[in-house]
Amino acid sequence: MKLYEIRDLLKADVLCNEEMLSMDTDSAFGCDLMSDVLALSKKETVLLTGLTNIQTIRTAEMLDIKCIIFVRNKRPDETIVEFAKENGMCLLATKYTMFTSCGILYSSGLKGVDME
Amino acid sequence: MDELLNVKYDVASGDFIRGGEASSNIKKLLQQLGVRNDIIKRICVACYEAEMNIVIHSVGGYIEAKVFSDRIEITAFDNGPGIENIDLALQEGYSTASNLAREMGFGGGMGLPNIKRSCDEFYIDSKVGEYTKIKIIVYLK
Ligand SMILES: Nc1ncnc2c1ncn2[C@@H]1O[C@H](COP(=O)(O)OP(=O)(O)OP(=O)(O)O)[C@@H](O)[C@H]1O
Ligand SMILES: [Mg+2]
Repeated sequence: MKLYEIRDLLKADVLCNEEMLSMDTDSAFGCDLMSDVLALSKKETVLLTGLTNIQTIRTAEMLDIKCIIFVRNKRPDETIVEFAKENGMCLLATKYTMFTSCGILYSSGLKGVDME
Repeated sequence: MDELLNVKYDVASGDFIRGGEASSNIKKLLQQLGVRNDIIKRICVACYEAEMNIVIHSVGGYIEAKVFSDRIEITAFDNGPGIENIDLALQEGYSTASNLAREMGFGGGMGLPNIKRSCDEFYIDSKVGEYTKIKIIVYLK
């Protein structure tokens, strides 16, 4: 699934690196616990989360996660968007909650990443 | 044994803004050295978890990275308060993280298990009131 399809399905705003929207992903992970994200290490994925602090971006940086989708209307502040932009990440923001966002993407064919 | 890289970064207690910078720098250096991506990810997970543990649980310390032709070694050292029961700390889900740390997405009690899982060799040593030292090795072969 292309990132722009994710944007359209979630009626999301693009916060930075719009030119990355043509990127493809075949799986997603939804989580508010950074260590659970870090436990995924080997997988390529996009991240859905309600956490908008700088450590969310750091965690994504460690795992080469290229797209973060902030759910339930959470918006990171400008310095954090800037930091993500420099790190080559595409940030999206949707008003849907975590469950709804995941449900929409899953029923549209995006698969979950599962623990080994 | 020839040493290709030897860097050390101070890590401050409670600094959630800069926490992770050491791991980020180490990631970039490993990329410059041409280390394989999957190995970099394993190092990054372990290094970042260890760095954030220093930020969250300790009074401060440092992260050191050494690269040899056959392995990468990361040492995370802090000046206390130490870990009373290491076996307990290593259990998945055990956490004494503060509410502030939990609000930032930490406190799942998965950091040390993640570190252990990511590396080929794992050593932890701690003395209450003095220090905690974690050393991990990832093979390059
Ligand atoms: N450097 C340290 N100094 C003192 N105590 C530590 C240190 N590192 C870990 N601990 C103790 O071990 C526990 C487990 O650590 P671990 O990293 O597995 O989980 P956590 O940091 O609490 O949560 P998470 O890593 O999932 O965000 C901590 O809650 C803390 O009590
Ligand atoms: Mg931890």
